Amino acid sequence: MKKPEILCIGGSAGSYHLILDLLATIPTQFQIPLVVIIHRNERYDSKIEENLDKRIALRVKVAEDKEAIQAGTIYFAPAGYHLLIEPDFTFSLDISAPLNFCRPAIDVTFETAAEAYQDLCCGILLSGANQDGAKGLMRIHEFGGNCLVQDPVEAEISTMPQAALTLWPAHPIYTYNELKKIIIQMTYSN
Amino acid sequence: MVKLVPLITYEDLSEIILLVKNVYDMDLSGYSKASLKRRVIRFMELEKLDLLGLKTALINTKGFYSHFIMELTVNVTEMFRDPQYYQLLNTEVMPYLASFPRLRLWSAGCSTGEEVYSLSIILQEHGLYQRSFIYGTDINARVLDTAKKGIYSLAKVKEYSDNYLKSGCKNSLSDYYTAMYEAACMPNELKEKILFSTHNLVSDGVFNEFQFISCRNVLIYFEIDLQKKVFELFDKSLALFGFLCLGSKESMIHSGLLHKYKVIDKKYNIYQKIAL
Ligand SMILES: C[S@@+](CC[C@H](N)C(=O)[O-])C[C@H]1O[C@@H](n2cnc3c(N)ncnc32)[C@H](O)[C@@H]1O
Repeated sequence: MKKPEILCIGGSAGSYHLILDLLATIPTQFQIPLVVIIHRNERYDSKIEENLDKRIALRVKVAEDKEAIQAGTIYFAPAGYHLLIEPDFTFSLDISAPLNFCRPAIDVTFETAAEAYQDLCCGILLSGANQDGAKGLMRIHEFGGNCLVQDPVEAEISTMPQAALTLWPAHPIYTYNELKKIIIQMTYSN
Repeated sequence: MVKLVPLITYEDLSEIILLVKNVYDMDLSGYSKASLKRRVIRFMELEKLDLLGLKTALINTKGFYSHFIMELTVNVTEMFRDPQYYQLLNTEVMPYLASFPRLRLWSAGCSTGEEVYSLSIILQEHGLYQRSFIYGTDINARVLDTAKKGIYSLAKVKEYSDNYLKSGCKNSLSDYYTAMYEAACMPNELKEKILFSTHNLVSDGVFNEFQFISCRNVLIYFEIDLQKKVFELFDKSLALFGFLCLGSKESMIHSGLLHKYKVIDKKYNIYQKIAL
């Protein structure tokens, strides 16, 4: 597997604790910018980024409009906005209508990341209760990037990974523990 | 197999931008490319057009261009969007505005007008409405028609009631509109001090001096250079000690003007001009 220049992880119901666990175990030397898109209610002010930033060595923050994407940083899509990746490797935000009732939509970030980073984009789709992410993951695949899907059998809620596999049955499937290993290995591969 | 490959590439997008510039003198080059491209693709899917079809229609079909421009903009809005922002208007901004003898307010990129009526309500509650005048402007004439009518879906306005209550306002939102069947109508009292009109932030200039400017969720669609240009326009339009309010994900960091502005609230991006 080619070492990606960006890693995008999308998750929803049943994957929050996995994402927290994953980010807590990523080695400090991890130099690939990591973008996390989770569905959360914009009416509640969650402090997930701040709390993580205090707990782990890598920098964790909410992605800001027109911010340049940097290595060694974990970005979260802000609640209530779509997060797009521009062809000049900066973020931009968009408040257009939700997709599949989701804003941020995983599809939007995955699709724009795929186009910006071409075959150097890696997308991971975890447990969730809707169809978001399937099309975006397909787009990453079409641009030659790597797509990894959490095994629907293992996922707490299989709808989201299953939707990705329905669209493209050949996506490789992994358990959460395998995914974690793969990500940790990315730190040291070149 | 499902075909998902994007309808157009970034190079195609540049061609469309150039065409619109050459034929209609409309400059889209400062818009954030990823979202602009999504909007163009959405439009092409809606109209069932490929790239050639789109270009042909843009050049040759009468009225098509303005339809295209109207569909490109993102017009999503709410009344009292971000209640904490309106709470800050209540506690930090309105008391200060009360010290001006006359008030001119500008909501730039006001879309269908919900933000302007929210301002109108807040001004009333602070007893400032009679000395105020609010300009609501947008590039999109179609949304301004809706704004002028001031008629919204009752179901939606009921959702905004929750925003209204959370912003620490005094009454109930239902005190301000009349419900007719499925519609909520803004009354004439709320409209009489409002003027809706088209204004393009990219190409139009200063048209008045204001004590308050809000431009929320518009700058995210602009690249940094265009943002700078628009900040300069706002700076020229703002009276000393006037307020500039941005969306909750927009800030003045790239404006180059922060030496003249006091940050009133960092989270909700409220600024006050304290030097000329
Ligand atoms: C997402 S809406 C924001 C509405 C409202 N301010 C709010 O925050 O709820 C963005 C608006 O900006 C307008 N807009 C986009 N480009 C513009 C330009 N160059 N000049 C003026 N308005 C523009 C769009 O037509 C749209 O109505």
